[in-house]
Amino acid sequence: MEGHSAKKYVQLAWAMSKTGVLGYGGGPSVIPLIRHEAVSAYRWMDDDEFGETLAIANALPGPIATKMAAYLGYREKGVLGAIVAILAHILPSCVAMIALLSFVNFLSHSPVVQGMIAAVMPVIAVMLGVMAYEFAKKAYQGLGRWMVVVFCAISFLLLQVVPIHPAIVIVLFLAYGAVHYRLLGKLKNKAGGEAS
Amino acid sequence: MNLQNLIDLFAGFFLSNLLGYGGGPASIPLMYQEIVTHYRWTNDTEFSNLLALGNTLPGPIATKIAAFVGFDVAGIGGALVALVATVVPSAVLLIVLLRLMAKYRHSPVVKGMTLLVQPVIAVMMILLTWQMGRTSIEALGWWQAIPIAAIALWAMEKRKIHPALVILCAFVYGGLVVPHI
Repeated sequence: MEGHSAKKYVQLAWAMSKTGVLGYGGGPSVIPLIRHEAVSAYRWMDDDEFGETLAIANALPGPIATKMAAYLGYREKGVLGAIVAILAHILPSCVAMIALLSFVNFLSHSPVVQGMIAAVMPVIAVMLGVMAYEFAKKAYQGLGRWMVVVFCAISFLLLQVVPIHPAIVIVLFLAYGAVHYRLLGKLKNKAGGEAS
Repeated sequence: MNLQNLIDLFAGFFLSNLLGYGGGPASIPLMYQEIVTHYRWTNDTEFSNLLALGNTLPGPIATKIAAFVGFDVAGIGGALVALVATVVPSAVLLIVLLRLMAKYRHSPVVKGMTLLVQPVIAVMMILLTWQMGRTSIEALGWWQAIPIAAIALWAMEKRKIHPALVILCAFVYGGLVVPHI
């Protein structure tokens, strides 16, 4: 199985360096790319698990993309896998950063570079939108129509209108989720007319 | 490479990333606080140059800044220390938590938690989409941003073209066409 195991490392490194080099706009915008590699391309995990991982990662501090890379690598190949995945994801851009700093004025004023960055943004927006749609669909399947509307409305209010920090909103929903089934069970018992 | 420098680098990047909620971009003000105000590794101008270059290059922003400042202060060893302090603590935390959850996967408590977190993630993604869409319209105008988005959607969802290829095409268009409009 030596060959197979080495292949996994190569896959991890290739997938994570691709997402690192093509992801523009910081960690969060790279998530659809990571999802594409992990769920669609290599099938390391299904969409449910990816969503769950993303949620927990969002509730924790620190850069989001490296957390996701670390977990994917760890899940496939343990600690060494996590190290390979993180390094593949961050090294190319880190090296470029150190090498290119003397050209900073040229790069950040070059219309070609600015044009490239601008043209990628609509693509990233579409990828984020598709992911949003798929998460909403999954929530709808799991929770049912009216509950999903209520919970989405509550999260929108908390995130955008109030606004509370996303990490706190996630922790609140996790806390409620922990008692969700028990609460549902109680409600059902009541509706059943205290049968006992 | 002196030891005190490495300890400072570790402490500075460890703190600013562990307190930064919401991914790399959220921890930039905290990194500024450590890098410029506290340790004086760079000054204001250099920091804004760093940010400009960091935003021009792809990949996570926090690690690019950590690598550069670490390298600047203490060479390759410094870059490594700053990177480890930035990514390792939160990565370990995530792995430990997810392992714990996997262990209790079938308990109604964990099931409820994974179910209830989905609407929040969906709404967060919608907000992020909205933000990214608005920035791209500001940068390109409706008449360019909407067709690019439409073509990208068609290419990725209908034709199932790999996102990396779509992004590369957008780069080419942006480099060749956008500057001349």
